Amino acid sequence: MSQTAVPMKSDSPRAATTVPAVEVHELRKDFLRKDPNARPFARKRPRSALSNVSFEMDPGECVAILGQNGSGKSTLVRLLSTLLLHDGGSAHVFGRDVFAEPRAVRRMVNRVSVEASFFKKMSATENLSYAARFYGMTAAETRDQIPAILKRVGFPSARRSESMENLSRGMQQKVSLARALLTAPILLLLDEPTTGLDPRSKLEVQDFIREVRQTHDATILLCTHDLNEAEALADRVGILDRGELICLEPADELKRRYEAETLEEAFFAATGRSFEEEDDDEERGVFG
Amino acid sequence: MRALSTTMRAELIGLGGVVERNLYLTKRYFLWDVAFFLWTVANTLTIVFIAKGIEATGGAIDVNAVTTRLLIGAVIWAYLGIIFEFLTETVAWERWEGTIEYTFMAPLSRAMHLAGQGVFAIFYGLARAALLFAVVAVFFDLRMPNADFVAALVVIVVASVSFIGIGMMTSVMPLISPEKGMQLGFIAQGMLLVVSGVYYPVEVLPTWMEWISVVSPATYALDGIRDAILLGQGLSTMWDELWPLIVIGIVSIPLGLWVFARGERYAKRHGKLKRSG
Repeated sequence: MSQTAVPMKSDSPRAATTVPAVEVHELRKDFLRKDPNARPFARKRPRSALSNVSFEMDPGECVAILGQNGSGKSTLVRLLSTLLLHDGGSAHVFGRDVFAEPRAVRRMVNRVSVEASFFKKMSATENLSYAARFYGMTAAETRDQIPAILKRVGFPSARRSESMENLSRGMQQKVSLARALLTAPILLLLDEPTTGLDPRSKLEVQDFIREVRQTHDATILLCTHDLNEAEALADRVGILDRGELICLEPADELKRRYEAETLEEAFFAATGRSFEEEDDDEERGVFG
Repeated sequence: MRALSTTMRAELIGLGGVVERNLYLTKRYFLWDVAFFLWTVANTLTIVFIAKGIEATGGAIDVNAVTTRLLIGAVIWAYLGIIFEFLTETVAWERWEGTIEYTFMAPLSRAMHLAGQGVFAIFYGLARAALLFAVVAVFFDLRMPNADFVAALVVIVVASVSFIGIGMMTSVMPLISPEKGMQLGFIAQGMLLVVSGVYYPVEVLPTWMEWISVVSPATYALDGIRDAILLGQGLSTMWDELWPLIVIGIVSIPLGLWVFARGERYAKRHGKLKRSG
C-alpha cells in the first residue's frame, strides 16, 4: 500500500463524496463493574459508558465533543478506532461498518490521545518508522516523509534521533500529531490532545490542528474538556454527559439555545453541573 | 489479484516493521542483553557441572557425553525462554509503554504482527543459543567430533514454528491479566520441557507424562538435536523427528492465532487494552 502523507484538499476525491464521514446510530457501550457496596464474590454488573449516542459528521468537518472526565469521550474515540467492541447500535466511517469491517476502517483513521505513547528508548524517527510500517509505508517512503512531517509540526530536526524519554511532553505530543498525520488519515480522532501541555505548546498544537483543517482533507473529531479550544476549532460542539450526547450544534446556537453568554454557562445549563466537576461515573470506574 | 498483491505487500512491510522495531530496541537495551546473557551462562553452568559432580562422587559415566547432553537441554531451555519472552512482549511491553492501542488500531493483520515478533525471536534466539552453546562447550573443552550442526540447526528452526504457535497462545495473557499474565510464558516453558526430557530420556517419566511428551514439539527437537550433535546423524535419518514437528507446527500456528484472537476480543469487549484514560 503506497501512501502519501496527508492528502491535500484539492487532490482528494473524498471531498465531494455524499457519504457521511462518521455516522453513529444509537451506539451503546457497557462495562462490567463490581458494585463497591456488594458482598464479596458478587457478580459484576453492566454500567453504561455510552448510551444510545447518535450523530453524523460531514467530510472535512470538525466536531468537538465536550464532557467532564468520565463522560464517555474516550470510550467514543476507542469505539471509532476499533479498540472496543460495542454493545448496541452502529457506527460507520465513510460508509464502512466500524465493527464488521475494522481493517477497512483502520486504513482511514488515526488518533492522537492525551498521553503521547511511544517506545521511550527509541527516537522520534524510529517510533514514526515503526508506526508507518503498520500502514504499509516502506523505508524509502518514510525516509523523506518523516523529516518533512516532523518539520511541519515544529519539531526541531536536531532532536529527531534523540530518545523520546529526553523530550518534553509538548515535544512528545508533536511527534504524536506527526504519527497520526503520517499515515494520511481521512478521519482524525483527537482525544484531549492538548491536556497537560504548557500554554505555548497548547497553542502550537491548536495552530497545527487549524492548519490541518485549512489545508488538508481530514475530518476531525475533537474530544476535549477545554471549552475555548472547542469553540475555536470546531464547526459544531456536542455535550456528552454521563454517556449521553445531549446536544450537537454550532457553538453560537448552543449558547443561544441555553441563553448563555459562554460555552461554560451553556454546559452548566445543559447538564446542571459545573464543567470542573468530576463525573461520578469515573469514580465508580465506569469508563475504564 | 492486484488488490491481493497490494495487501500482501503491505502485510510484509508491517512484518518487517516489527522486526525493525525489535532491532532498535535490542540496540538500545544491548547492555541489558549482555547482563541477561551472563545470567544464562551462569544458569547453564550450574546444570552442566552436574556431570562432573556425578563423576566426582564415584559415578561411572561418560562425562563428555553427559555434559554435552545436559548442555543441549540447557540451551534449548534458554532458547525457548527467549521465544516465549519475545512473543509475550507483543502485548506486555506495548501495554507498559502505552503504544498497544496504536498498534492494535493499525490495519496490519494480527497474524503478520505476531509473525514479525516470531521471526525476530527465532533469529535473536538462535544467535544467543549458538553463543551460549559455544561459550559453555569451550569452558568444558567438550569434544563433538561427529556433530552435524547443520542438521541440529534445521531441527531447531522447524521446531520453532511450533514454539511460536504455543508462544502466541501465552502472549495474549497480559491482556487478560496485565500484572501476572506474562508469567504464563515461564509456566508454558517449564511444562513443555519437563515432559519432553530436557535433561533425561522421556522413558524415565511416569507413563501419563510420557503420553504428553508425544504431542510436545520439544521432545522431537531435543531428540533430533542430540542425535545430530552426539551421534552425528544427518537430516536424511531425521524424518522421525521432523514429521511430528511439521504436523505440530501446522496445528499450533492456527490454534495460537485463534487463542490470541479470542483474547483480543475479550480485551476489546471489556476495555482491557488500556485501563484508564
